[in-house]
Amino acid sequence: MAGKKSWTWITTPLLTIAFFAAWKGYVYWFDVSPFILPAPEKVLIAVWHLLHEELIFNHIRVTMTETLVGFFFASVIGVGLGVLLGKVHWLEKALNPFIVATQVVPKIALVPLFIVWFGFGITSKVIIAAVLAFFPILTNTLLGIKSLDAGHRDVMASINASRWDTFRHLDLPSAMPYILTGMEVGIVLATIGAVVGEYLGGNEGLGFLAVDTMAAFEVDALFGVIILLTLLGFGLYACVVALRRVLTPWHESVQVHRPKDN
Amino acid sequence: MNAETSGIGVEAVTKIYPSDAGPIHALEAVDLRVKRGEFVVLLGPSGCGKTTLLRLMGGLLSPTNGDIRVSGRSLWRNGERDAAVSREMGMVFQDANLIPWYSIEKNIALPLQLRGINKSTRTEKAHELCDLVGISGFEKRWPRELSGGMRQRAAIARALSYDPNILLMDEPFGALDAMTRDSMNLELQRIWMTSGCTIVLVTHSIPEAVFLADRIILMTPRPGRIDRILDVNFERPRELDLSASVEFQEIAKNLRHRLEEIS
Repeated sequence: MAGKKSWTWITTPLLTIAFFAAWKGYVYWFDVSPFILPAPEKVLIAVWHLLHEELIFNHIRVTMTETLVGFFFASVIGVGLGVLLGKVHWLEKALNPFIVATQVVPKIALVPLFIVWFGFGITSKVIIAAVLAFFPILTNTLLGIKSLDAGHRDVMASINASRWDTFRHLDLPSAMPYILTGMEVGIVLATIGAVVGEYLGGNEGLGFLAVDTMAAFEVDALFGVIILLTLLGFGLYACVVALRRVLTPWHESVQVHRPKDN
Repeated sequence: MNAETSGIGVEAVTKIYPSDAGPIHALEAVDLRVKRGEFVVLLGPSGCGKTTLLRLMGGLLSPTNGDIRVSGRSLWRNGERDAAVSREMGMVFQDANLIPWYSIEKNIALPLQLRGINKSTRTEKAHELCDLVGISGFEKRWPRELSGGMRQRAAIARALSYDPNILLMDEPFGALDAMTRDSMNLELQRIWMTSGCTIVLVTHSIPEAVFLADRIILMTPRPGRIDRILDVNFERPRELDLSASVEFQEIAKNLRHRLEEIS
């Protein structure tokens, strides 16, 4: 593992530098208009300026709050409903067509509607973020609960475990890797939901800032906002990935493979 | 408690599984009495219902007809498994089925934890059991860090954690390699002699059956019933070299011939 880690410590910065070099090279050699694609150093300067603007941290805070609150509700409802449907088979059967129907609705198309319903404030964005993040969390939880190992179930039955004990010691931890996979997708979608909501209504948040800079033809600032959004998304995603190490330290996805001694 | 009621009594037990192709007769009117402290092996070809019989004894399945009695008390009452009765039994399966998110120690003590026994008592008991089954020093490890044989030892320790009188084992060493299997057979004999519990073990290995059993219950398929019961009277503790003896070979040969006839 140590070898692998030191390897990515070199490749990640190298690839990042290569990306910016290619960008710069393209802009320079092909004489691209700064309104189409500003040079990378212009964008970095724009990021610098953005970070010194008075309201920038307010915008970041608003987008982050919308994303996290939406994600929180999506997680609670998604996991709760996923467990319920995974355990109660007739309910899953009865509700399945509706779950699929709501899942295939292009939810982005509902965003203007949510803004009409819930206003231009933070509420509508929280709801959009939650709605987008909800489905992957629900479906992964459901899959996790249904993927339970029959042998483990036998063990719990043989030691007279109650339903609650079985859930606590077996179902929930065994579904946890699946739930976390759903949450990893969910946090990304929640960020998208919050930003799209800000595009379409309101006067706060990084999504609003993106539209605002675009309207003012400050293209390098727009790219700066995109970079800030990427960093925000990256940070939130990393937090959920870190949760995996905390909640499922026993799982293959976390542990390093080492040869077993027989 | 007298000899009549202690141990396990299987009384005219029939088990029918419903299926799309009509009902499957897994067991037909099986009677069996397992005495307290006895080591009984259920042997037979696949489909003879030996695993079904074991799962019925353990209360993982309910009989279609008939009654299972443990120490004289019915295991099933009004369609509900009597927890006080099933508490007398511990089960070990072909796979160790250790819970991957708990350490070996926590896995072994899980049945005690569910019974609300405090942590220091549980940990102490887990250490004792690790000692008994020969995995001392591995208490804090994850199950995945242990070899198959060691995981199965931990599963045996878990089944013994709440001091059951009876240990029910469903091909516990079926997934292990031959050498590990031999040493596990020796270990199991030692654990059985130390703990004094009753063991019912399912296997399809003739040498394993002859090596371990006080009595071998030979079963036949379609529908599953008992073909014959065979006493094995070698002295205890038995050594692995016993399997090279003429008497051992003779019993194994007879069993093999009979198995060929019925399967």
